[in-house]
Amino acid sequence: MGQIEWAMWANEQALASGLILITGGIVATAGRFVQWYFGAYSIAAGVFICLLEYPRGKRRKGSTMERCGQKYMTAVVKLFGPLTRNYYIRAVLHLLLSVPAGFLLATILGTVCLVIASAIYLLAAIRGEQWTPIEQKPKERPQVGGTIKQPPTNPPPRPPAEVRKKPSEGEEAGAAAGGPQINPIPVTDEVV
Amino acid sequence: MGNWLVNHWLLVLILVVWLGLNVFLFIYTFLTYEMSDKYYYTREILGTALAFARASALCLNCNSMLILIPVCRNLLSFLRGTCSFCSHTLRKPLDHNLTFHKLVAYMICIFTAIHIIAHLFNFEHYSRSQQAMDGSLASVLSTLSHPEKAGNSWLNPIQSPNTTVMYVAFTSIAGLTGVLITTVLILMVTSAMEFIRRNYFELFWYTHHLFIIYIICLGLHGLGGIVRAQTEESMSENHPHNCSESYQKWGTHESKCKHPHFEGHPPASWKWILAPIALYIFERILRFYRSKQKVVITKVVMHPSKVLELQMRKRGFSMEVGQYIFVNCPSISLLEWHPFTLTSAPEEDFFSIHVRAAGDWTENFIRAFEQQHSPMPRIEVDGPFGTVSEDVFQYEVAVLVGAGIGVTPFASILKSIWYKFQRADHKLKTQKAGHAAFNFDKATDILTGLKQKTFFGRPMWDNEFSAVATAHPKSVVGVFLCGPQTLAKSLRKCCHRYSSLDPRKVQFYFNKENF
Repeated sequence: MGQIEWAMWANEQALASGLILITGGIVATAGRFVQWYFGAYSIAAGVFICLLEYPRGKRRKGSTMERCGQKYMTAVVKLFGPLTRNYYIRAVLHLLLSVPAGFLLATILGTVCLVIASAIYLLAAIRGEQWTPIEQKPKERPQVGGTIKQPPTNPPPRPPAEVRKKPSEGEEAGAAAGGPQINPIPVTDEVV
Repeated sequence: MGNWLVNHWLLVLILVVWLGLNVFLFIYTFLTYEMSDKYYYTREILGTALAFARASALCLNCNSMLILIPVCRNLLSFLRGTCSFCSHTLRKPLDHNLTFHKLVAYMICIFTAIHIIAHLFNFEHYSRSQQAMDGSLASVLSTLSHPEKAGNSWLNPIQSPNTTVMYVAFTSIAGLTGVLITTVLILMVTSAMEFIRRNYFELFWYTHHLFIIYIICLGLHGLGGIVRAQTEESMSENHPHNCSESYQKWGTHESKCKHPHFEGHPPASWKWILAPIALYIFERILRFYRSKQKVVITKVVMHPSKVLELQMRKRGFSMEVGQYIFVNCPSISLLEWHPFTLTSAPEEDFFSIHVRAAGDWTENFIRAFEQQHSPMPRIEVDGPFGTVSEDVFQYEVAVLVGAGIGVTPFASILKSIWYKFQRADHKLKTQKAGHAAFNFDKATDILTGLKQKTFFGRPMWDNEFSAVATAHPKSVVGVFLCGPQTLAKSLRKCCHRYSSLDPRKVQFYFNKENF
């Protein structure tokens, strides 16, 4: 179990807890249960937790599956720097957030699940894990040249095809024109 | 679409029957609790939430019964084997057992949510009517326990205005087991998410064994008899239709109506889950027994990019293409079983797996064999368990696409095709099979072992598909993928694009196998 990144599971658990808090909160508020204001708190806390936990962190090894549309929240979560990167802080935060919801039966399930998530985050923090944002890769250019397996080694202007093709078998040895073209005078493109 | 339906009609039927069963059970129970007279007084306090809670409870019982059955993989394999004379369309549902297991799990989650929300309202209503001073029927009913406490014929579990719902929840068997069961369910679900399961299998494996707590709590959940109905005897003295209006006069000389008496139900969940539990215990005993059978390792090959091939033999082992086994290595971990696709063909006299280093257990496993200690570490094998690869042989032209370690099921298929061809097996329709293999290792090529890669970059699927379509203008082509979802999307698109509108011309059928 040495290679398990506990933060990944803690993240799933915290996200689930957030949803449960929201649901319990809605039930308590809509039903005007006794002490329903804890339910209202629960909804707010649940929304906050869901937003915080939605962007998945990057795995240490291997590729990470992003959640759909997480890049917007990633940008926001990244802004808080060490507050969101450090899992000790997250563990404490979740523990504190869970306490008020524990006063109401409708939301106590959310409390229990959030406490468990907090414990797993604590374990992750002890093992030195951190939240790293998943960066956007630069968009791949369209693969227009994908089928070109042997791109031409000469820059333009290139001699006509027949002259190029003849020594193409020995292309490994060097380009037909004996290396890349070196322009004696710098050439500029004069497009109006 | 039509072709898919012909192949999958039994799956669709099973799904429809299962959904129909859930709908029927829910509605039937809902109407019972909503309309029946013996719950009239209970409904007076609780309202419709009672019916919702009970209906979802019955569906939960039913689904909890069903969820254990698809994971009895040895028994399913046995069923598969005894049905070998059935067409493979009939056996297909057995291969989708894990999908069904997940569907049932989702249904359990949905009904759990309904059940909990309904009971939250129930508790709240009980609490309110206990505290109500307005002399309504509900408050009269709530005070019923006081004279009759010895007779145990109360209706409202909240006996005093000072008792909070929280207190009742955590001091009643139903409440305590309810919180525990739901917590355990949530833990099982979060650790079973695809992302966690694929990357940290051991976490999923161990956490999922919390189902034992789930089953125990489910059996105990109904012990308190909190849901109460009016007794038959009481209905004759105090029928709701006659007596509900005159509740202020119950038990007095002016009225014939006595106070109503109530009784709780005995727990019913155990009746639903007893048989599957027995089946599952038998399944685990069977797995244990099979794992104790001796496995002889005949050959160990270390491939480049840290892939280990193990060739083994076991008495009585017989497999089909694309099946998988579970492997346990006691010297690495006593309790963990990891699944691997079989890469050998059924025609060979051994069976083999290719193991890639993907986590703790696999890395330790590979290291144990690399060190070449003698004797070799003992391993235990459970399986083989079925998948749907036989379809490959039904197509004239098959295109098999494997990514990374996803080439393994196709290794088995290709070898089998070769053997069948050699032995002129008439059942083999495949005349031509093309294989595209990806590998992600930067240094060497997994197929040829040379530094020069077999393919440079990703194939241009459009080119490949149009080449196949041109070469086989009148054939039915099966495209099989074992790889990532993104690849599945592009291949599916190409299949649609290159299938001719004329059904007599080339048709591409896409099959994604989840191994």
